[in-house]
Amino acid sequence: MAGLLLLSNIPKILVISGVVRGNALSVREMPDSWRLFHPDSGPYYRGKATLAEAGTITMTKELKEYMNPYWAGFGLGLVLLASYLLVGRGLGASGAFASFVSWVMSNLAPDHIAGNGFFEKYLSPERAPHPLKDWLIFEVIGIMLGGLISGLIAGRVRFSIDRGPQITTAARLALAFTGGILMSIGAQFARGCTSGQALSGGALLNLGSWIFMICVFAAAYLTAYFVRRQWL
Amino acid sequence: MTAPLLLNELIPADCLLWLAVLLGIGMGFFLERAGFGSARKLVAQFYLHDMAVFKVMFTAIITAMLGIFLLSSIGYLDLGRVTMVGTFVWPQVIGGLILGVGFVVGGYCPGTSVVACATGKLDGMVFVGGLFAGMLIYGEIYPAVQCFADSSSLGKQTIFGFFCIPYGVVVLLVIVMALAGFWVAAILEKKFAHLKPPE
Repeated sequence: MAGLLLLSNIPKILVISGVVRGNALSVREMPDSWRLFHPDSGPYYRGKATLAEAGTITMTKELKEYMNPYWAGFGLGLVLLASYLLVGRGLGASGAFASFVSWVMSNLAPDHIAGNGFFEKYLSPERAPHPLKDWLIFEVIGIMLGGLISGLIAGRVRFSIDRGPQITTAARLALAFTGGILMSIGAQFARGCTSGQALSGGALLNLGSWIFMICVFAAAYLTAYFVRRQWL
Repeated sequence: MTAPLLLNELIPADCLLWLAVLLGIGMGFFLERAGFGSARKLVAQFYLHDMAVFKVMFTAIITAMLGIFLLSSIGYLDLGRVTMVGTFVWPQVIGGLILGVGFVVGGYCPGTSVVACATGKLDGMVFVGGLFAGMLIYGEIYPAVQCFADSSSLGKQTIFGFFCIPYGVVVLLVIVMALAGFWVAAILEKKFAHLKPPE
């Protein structure tokens, strides 16, 4: 065990093999950026399992680091430009969730939502022939595929929960849920989220998008102190 | 004026949803490449030890903004046919503030939470659950907030139009501002490097 921890501290070494005897190796102590493979039972993840069998294991450090942010931003900018040139629209995300919720409500409680301008907007045939055949819903399916492709290439696809060391899993998930609620409500008032407003509207020099963007950053910086235990 | 290609019928209209998927793949790919499937990487922006969010976002804005400016100047892109959201000052101020709080509390924004889901982040999946709940809540309160949500409207408004400054000048100012921001970001990252979680 000590040997493994020692090896993990050596930078730039990509693959290390070793022998595990007995059944006492806890994967919990493995650094985040390392993955552990057993030839018979496949990958082990941090904190999830202990090695049950003796045998040769392989430790792999994640081979691909994150892309340089300027190159990633350039790529994202070209995708956004392509979107404007091809279909005359920017990129977005939050509207897809509104469309989906509206469609669900139109099936579950059509009487309840009758006359509600919010749901009616997302159900209107002018917006899409069918609420689910919406531009943003298909775009979000694409985002999922694109994220998956990139994640698979980099070996970053695995079940995990992103949180700082000082917060419990339950608290992290509760805050994630709360954040999602706030995000939807904010995006509806603002008529778009970070993609639809800040990014897409920002590139058009849309006045409201820039007002929105400044407020997002201001609020996030002011709140950061109060939720620091979740992240730091 | 040849672009937007689909609106000018140079691409068949029934390609719309396929293009949505394709462009989404591009967007999700670069978001994940940049590390934005991870909430800790995203919120690091607000603890100043990793300014990747600002760098990616403003490089993307500059790239697309310059492309749009140049291609519309030479008459290739018809800006009049590009969808632009109207400006509603106070709803966008309040919406931005709520969303900013949601960002640092939840760790994601809608687009990045989808990437987080795709790469197996359970907190990203719960966040998406929150997004659905939030939409439902907004729908339920909509009759009460509708009047405010549609208030202080300035119509479709650009920065250069509103302040009567030439388009090219605003483009230049944004680029200068972003470059200055990148420089400041590098200084801040060094200064707050001690907040970076150990690898």
